[in-house]
Amino acid sequence: MMRAADTRPVIMADDELPPMMGVAVFPLHDQGSAAPRRRWLPNRLADRLFGLLARGAALFTLVSLLGIILSLIVGAWPAIREFGPGFLVHAAWDPVRQDFGGLVMIYGTLITSAIALLIAVPISFGIALFLTELAPAWLKRPLGTAIELLAAVPSIVYGMWGLMVFGPVLARYVQQPLQSLLGDVPVFGALVSGPPVGIGILSAGIILSIMIIPFIASVMRDVFEVTPPLLKESAYGLGSTTWEVSWRIVLPYTKTGVLGGIMLGLGRALGETMAVTFVIGNMNQLNSASLFEAANSITSALANEFAEAAPGLHQAALIYLGLVLFLITFTVLVFSRLLLQRLQKNEGKRT
Amino acid sequence: MTDSNDSPPIKLSVKDLNFYYGKFRALNSISLDIPANRVTAFIGPSGCGKSTLLRTFNRMFELYPEQRAEGSILLDGEDLLDFKQDVALIRARVGMVFQKPTPFPMSIFDNITFGVKLFENLSRIDMEERVEWALKKAALWEEVKDKLQQSGASLSGGQQQRLCIARGIAIKPEILLLDEPCSALDPISTARVEELIAELKADYTVIIVTHNMQQAARCSDYTAYMYLGDLVEFGETNQMFLKPGRQETEDYITGRFG
Amino acid sequence: MMTYDAARMARFVRRKRVNQVALTLALAAMVFGMFWLAWILWETLRLGFESLSVSFITENTPPPNEPPGEGGLANAIWGSLLMVTLATFIGTPIGVLSGICLAEYNPGSRLNAIIRFVNDLLLSAPSIIIGLFIYAVMVARFQQFSGWAGAVALAFIVVPVVIRTTENMLTLVPSGLREAAYALGAPKWKVVTRVTLAASLSGVLTGVLLAVARIFGETAPLLFTALNNQFWSTGLDGPTANLPVTILQFAMSPYENWQHLAWGGVFLITMIVLGLNVLARFLSRRFSS
Repeated sequence: MMRAADTRPVIMADDELPPMMGVAVFPLHDQGSAAPRRRWLPNRLADRLFGLLARGAALFTLVSLLGIILSLIVGAWPAIREFGPGFLVHAAWDPVRQDFGGLVMIYGTLITSAIALLIAVPISFGIALFLTELAPAWLKRPLGTAIELLAAVPSIVYGMWGLMVFGPVLARYVQQPLQSLLGDVPVFGALVSGPPVGIGILSAGIILSIMIIPFIASVMRDVFEVTPPLLKESAYGLGSTTWEVSWRIVLPYTKTGVLGGIMLGLGRALGETMAVTFVIGNMNQLNSASLFEAANSITSALANEFAEAAPGLHQAALIYLGLVLFLITFTVLVFSRLLLQRLQKNEGKRT
Repeated sequence: MTDSNDSPPIKLSVKDLNFYYGKFRALNSISLDIPANRVTAFIGPSGCGKSTLLRTFNRMFELYPEQRAEGSILLDGEDLLDFKQDVALIRARVGMVFQKPTPFPMSIFDNITFGVKLFENLSRIDMEERVEWALKKAALWEEVKDKLQQSGASLSGGQQQRLCIARGIAIKPEILLLDEPCSALDPISTARVEELIAELKADYTVIIVTHNMQQAARCSDYTAYMYLGDLVEFGETNQMFLKPGRQETEDYITGRFG
Repeated sequence: MMTYDAARMARFVRRKRVNQVALTLALAAMVFGMFWLAWILWETLRLGFESLSVSFITENTPPPNEPPGEGGLANAIWGSLLMVTLATFIGTPIGVLSGICLAEYNPGSRLNAIIRFVNDLLLSAPSIIIGLFIYAVMVARFQQFSGWAGAVALAFIVVPVVIRTTENMLTLVPSGLREAAYALGAPKWKVVTRVTLAASLSGVLTGVLLAVARIFGETAPLLFTALNNQFWSTGLDGPTANLPVTILQFAMSPYENWQHLAWGGVFLITMIVLGLNVLARFLSRRFSS
């Protein structure tokens, strides 16, 4: 094994140098021994084996994707046979009567993710704008790093903080004032009803948004930074303000990448387990329109019930939910990757 | 160095201009007067500061915090470098075209109206007239009049560059800065842009940076030769190319150097 | 400015104001983002620090309702360390080999493009789905929750991260270096292992560190694989105590001593994960400079 320091001269043989400049420094260990070395395998065979090994490992990726899809379908099959596609719009969840439908959880997953996007997208855009156009040079790196570290914090930390710290604050300083303000107003009153414990759809949505802001913001920042400086300069050259350049030139120019970043964040939000499980309240109800009422999501239903669910229809119904979640996130992520790839390809064409 | 006995009035007057990239000084006490309604060319080897000088005239350098300019640049007597001058308003008076074509990610029509809408509130009909006027000025109208709604990026390189020139003149600036406008173009497109430059000087004061001496000789009235951040010589183009005042200029022009 | 009439000036002033408002909002967004980070870190530090003591790392998880200060998370920390280490050792070779395949064996081929795409999907696929998958292929088959299943589930999360960084780092190695090695007559496997991989070793290491950081806090894949346990694990054959699931269980409980310990666990996880990330950053910066 090489020490890191040994590799450094190698790295410096950059593409800009003529190709052969790197020759003298590449780290072959066993050079210079004139005597023929003992080989335990002829090179040709070793090459073949190594190639097979590498290709086999790479195929592992495809195999695991197929395995995931197959195992979900097989596991969910009893429930698919029993409930069919009607499962998606059926709101019952009764292990005793063996009557299962996914509507409550699917609704919870979609609505919390929607709230999260609603908050996260504008905030992320602001952060990316600040980082690319406004921040003084010395602040750019530390702030960018801080945002990226926020993305690395494990979701269980967000969940714990949401349950113990943020929930009570939300209940005390947001829900209670809103209830006393809007309690008697017909539509809005219903939106804020419920016990003031700070647990429910809104809490989950807000915490999800805090979780996905770093993802969306750093993708947006990265794509904003690939905007050719000349393009920006020509917009400034006509007398545009910073905002006009960002909103009317940079954003349209990078729209595929921005959309890809948003989709990436959405994929995260849909599939996030811990942050939601802690604060959504895990109640299978759809009766209340309140944003403060406890509810359920696909991931939190799985997290709470799966290990204890009896094998049979209950477990199959939970796996069915997992399959639905997988298909939703899969679609969103495919869309996201295709958009980001298209941006990269366009980059190649333009330069 | 400056031709003081020349007839055209002075449009832009640079006085004792120093420019810094961080600690590095890129321009050394530049002073020169640029006459109105003429084409002035800045020539010199790469890194001599000619583009840097050009980019001070619309304060483009301000986008980069480590760059700064000292001295004064008077546009009709007003100091552009005075921080009280609003930079967006300056840029409306001093248009710029860049080395590479930079069509905005929108239609040809919107590319032209983008800048106009920043400063003027024109009716639909006036706006269409303005677009046609600018595209005609830039000798592009005949080629694009039937596809104004297509993306600006769909044009050829030469057409894109003329689109950028049209975009620049559509806001009716007083000065037009051209930063090596032909460096990414083929010879035919270059010839068209050069013809255009000759026509533009009737209405605008044109300043062009070029590394191509034939181009400077062909289409400029005045030439400034710069070297390592110094203005070596400035004068009428004919004069300069026929009988340079300084040995360095002659060496550069005749190709013995650079 | 004198060339501008009143209408133009009014328009201009309005544009300036819009610009100022927008940029102020951007600043506010930045402050907003930083505010959450600061708040979360602060609470984690404050509440976590309170619950740290010697017993925290020497004693096993206590029964509920004991006085705070009794018991610790030793078994959970140990179980997590076991599974994370195992997962890293399973996942890293697979990831590095796949990364080599993507970067060195016909990188432009259609199959490699598909693998790359699928890998990017798996990189951000919901981790709870991995838990379901491993439940189906291991737990359900052997009728036994086990630490092995937990480690395999975590390994499935390690692989995509390592593939991505390995491939990225290998493509950064200048082709001249590769050509020079081939020019000496070196066989491909030797060129790859001794030259290109060696040249990008610290980059690959960065990827492994990031993967470890990622799985150290992962909870969802362990819920139906390793489950949890209140005892010290001597092997991985049965349900195995681990930090994230213990934190979940303790935090959701009504018992004060458990909640207290949960904060300690969250503190520990945050410190380890952030520490690993900072280390990875430091390494990759050294690598790219």
